[in-house]
Amino acid sequence: MAEKVLMKGNEVLAEAALRAGCRFFFGYPITPQTELAAYMSKRMPKVGGTYLQAESEIAAINMVYGASAAGARVMTSSSSPGISLKGEGISYMAGADLPGVIVNVQRGGPGLGGIQPSQSDYWQATRATGHGDFQLMVFAPSTVQEMADCAFLAFEKADEYRMPVMILADGMLGQMMEPVVLPEPKADLPDKPWATTGHQGKREHNIVNSLYLQAADLERLNNERFERYEKIKQTEQRAELFMTDDADIVIVAFGASARIARSAVVSARENGIKAGLIRPITLWPFPTDAIEGVIPHAKALLSVEMNMGQMVDDVRLVSAGRVPVEFFGHAGGIIPTPAEVLAQIEKLNGKAGA
Amino acid sequence: MAQSYNIVLAGFGGQGILFAGKIIATAGLIDDREVSWLPSYGPEMRGGTANCSVCLADDPIGSPLVVTPDTLIVMNQPSLEKFIDTVADGGIIVADSTLVQDIPEREGVKVCAIPATEIAEKAGLKGLANVVCVGKLFKETGFCSEETLEAAIEKCVPASKKGMLDKNKRAIALGMEA
Repeated sequence: MAEKVLMKGNEVLAEAALRAGCRFFFGYPITPQTELAAYMSKRMPKVGGTYLQAESEIAAINMVYGASAAGARVMTSSSSPGISLKGEGISYMAGADLPGVIVNVQRGGPGLGGIQPSQSDYWQATRATGHGDFQLMVFAPSTVQEMADCAFLAFEKADEYRMPVMILADGMLGQMMEPVVLPEPKADLPDKPWATTGHQGKREHNIVNSLYLQAADLERLNNERFERYEKIKQTEQRAELFMTDDADIVIVAFGASARIARSAVVSARENGIKAGLIRPITLWPFPTDAIEGVIPHAKALLSVEMNMGQMVDDVRLVSAGRVPVEFFGHAGGIIPTPAEVLAQIEKLNGKAGA
Repeated sequence: MAQSYNIVLAGFGGQGILFAGKIIATAGLIDDREVSWLPSYGPEMRGGTANCSVCLADDPIGSPLVVTPDTLIVMNQPSLEKFIDTVADGGIIVADSTLVQDIPEREGVKVCAIPATEIAEKAGLKGLANVVCVGKLFKETGFCSEETLEAAIEKCVPASKKGMLDKNKRAIALGMEA
């Protein structure tokens, strides 16, 4: 088995991307994701790739567009305010059906906000990263190991579905070190017959574009894209279930807050409360099937997030009034404590029992 | 099952607080335990206090942010004042008494005050008071085996600073004797 090493989440995202065949990185520094770019600046030239610190986040995402159009595996990373700047370019990528991996190591917002960990870009990642009808596939790792696994997988899925994929991490996961086994480098990358690589007079020229002035053409493309999205919703949902089989109180939490929720579930079980955890690994597609699975026996659902309550919307959409859905969270960069989450579980259990 | 540790290390930026934490975390890695290492990364890191949380356990680690440490290494007065009341009952504090002069009593908490900075400087190991403190903590708790600790030092000292390896090992030994 490959060696286990101790690495920072941010650096692991970079190394896993390199091993997935990423050979272009464009970014602009921002806390708390800077180690990712710093690692790329050191390693990328050694594997024959291009690292470029752009003049802005907007420039960086448009470089991603260009490299992707030419068929390369390409990544950019930033933290919350920087992702807002990239929104336009991400929409263009979606409109041109371009793969690419965008990392958001979230910090507290809105505005410049703070630099401490947050999950307050859930809506942005899953609803409206930019203008127009489109989705990103969104991975939400919760350990450093999963940072590696998700980064590697993100490139595969981006190419498979020809769409931008986001890794939604946060300052805690980016900054922390944990043991990790890195993936084996990928040898064969998929062919991209659509890429603008020069036709040399041997084929029709390829066009990568998001401008369609004929309404009927544009509608057709939107429809085709949404057929793909439908397939993704059916086949790509990922979630981890922890002690949910007989759970009365089911927490739904992703990323860093899922780690805290898991500790609270263990404590609740020790106190005789049947608690469980559903941890979405994909935020889009949202793991509706996993949540559907606990609806018959759950007495209450509790969404725990490091924001003012965003994913709770998606939990409520699945529950559709069948099971009460509550929210607990902290904003601004405060990390909830297991004791606080346990208190919420106890409160809900009391209500459900009454 | 080996004991779990929830450790906070705190001091000034530049004292090697994060490195000391990395040694302990690496020991956990070598022993194939569950390990996490989380630094503070606020604006306080410039000239102010730096701290990090390290967890060693056998079950998956929930929050890597230690709010109730059972083990505290402190290397300056403001850090002691910030963290002393958070230490769990039955916990242990290793304080560098060269820099932390005012150590209040806390019932149910063992305080090991050693002049780590002075010890290091006298031995010609300036800048390794952090590792002296790790040596003391190791002596008091045995958070890993001696072989593991040595292997952790070897892993943490980068190849480009090979000359520091022996100095780090001596700093550990001095901490154990203190």
